[in-house]
Amino acid sequence: MSTHGQDHHKDHHDDHHHDHHHDHDHHHGHDHHAPPQPDDKVHSYHQMLGIAVKELLIEKGIVTAEEVRRMVERRDSITPANGAKVVARAWTDPAYRDRLLKDANKAVAEFGIEMPTTHLVALENTEKLHNVVVCTLCSCYPRDLLGLPPSWYKSKAYRSRVVVEPRAVLTEFGTSLPDDVEVRVHDSTADMRYLVVPRRPAGAEGMSEEQLTALITRDTMIGVAQVDLSRQ
Amino acid sequence: MSRFSEGDTVRVREDYPLGHIRTPVYIRGKEGTVVCDFGAFGNPETLAYCLPTEKRELYKVRFRQKDVWESYRGPAADTVDLDLYEHWLEKKS
Repeated sequence: MSTHGQDHHKDHHDDHHHDHHHDHDHHHGHDHHAPPQPDDKVHSYHQMLGIAVKELLIEKGIVTAEEVRRMVERRDSITPANGAKVVARAWTDPAYRDRLLKDANKAVAEFGIEMPTTHLVALENTEKLHNVVVCTLCSCYPRDLLGLPPSWYKSKAYRSRVVVEPRAVLTEFGTSLPDDVEVRVHDSTADMRYLVVPRRPAGAEGMSEEQLTALITRDTMIGVAQVDLSRQ
Repeated sequence: MSRFSEGDTVRVREDYPLGHIRTPVYIRGKEGTVVCDFGAFGNPETLAYCLPTEKRELYKVRFRQKDVWESYRGPAADTVDLDLYEHWLEKKS
C-alpha cells in the first residue's frame, strides 16, 4: 500500500480490478463438496432458495401447488419437435422463411407457439455463415421451441469456451467447418432468444415437410451440429 | 429515440459496477458494430431488484473475434454478437 500511497487514483483503479476478479472467482467457490451418492439428491443453495420461495408463495395463497405442478408439467412436455416443425416449414416455404427471419415471434405463432414474454430471433445458416448460440451469463434458451436446455448447454465449460474457441468446441461436437465459413457466436445477454435455422442438407430435395422435420434435431438448432443425411 | 444506428462503431464502456449486469466482463472495453436496433426494453440492472425501471434501447452489436481475444486462433472473419443496452455503449467516430 505504502508504495502506491501518493497515487490515490492508481490505488483506486487497482482496487477496482481486484474487486472485479474477486467477484468473478466467487462463483467457483461452492462446488467443493464430496460427490453425492448416485440416488442421494443434494440441493444447491439456489435450489433451496427456489423451494423456499415456492413454499412461501403457496403459503401466502399467491399460487397453488397445483398451478406450479401444471406449469412444470407443461414446461417438461415441450420438446425440440416444436423447433423442428418451424425449421422444416422455413425450408419448404420461402415466404414462411422470410416471415420467420423478419419476425420470429409472429412466425412461430402460426404453429400455435406463443412466446408472450420473450423475443425470438431466427438465425439462418448459409454456405458462408454458421451460427451457434450460448448464454455466457446464465442459461437463456428458446425453451418454447426446444424444451429444457441440455446440461452441457448450462455447463461452465460450454459457456466459457464456445465464445473463446468456438471452432474447437464445434469440432468436439463433430462439426468441423472450413475456414471460409464465418463462425458467428450469439451470446444471449438480454431479452432475445435465438433459434438457429440449420442448412437444408444436400440430398433432401425430394423429401416432404414431415420427413424433413424428423431430420432436424435440438443440437442443429443450437448450432453445434449440422443436418447431415449421410449420418442418418 | 435511438442513440445509435446500424453500422455505427461503438465501444463498450469499461466499467465494473456491482449488481445484476448483463454486459459480460469479456466484452467491456471492446469495439464492435451495431447490426440491429431491437427497440426499448426494461433495464435489467433495476428490474432485477424490483426497482422502478426505465426503458433502455437494446442493440445487437457484432465484434470481430480477433478484436475480443488477442490470441483468437480462428479466421479473421469470425464474429461474436452480443445484445447490449444503450448505456453500455459509447460512439466511436
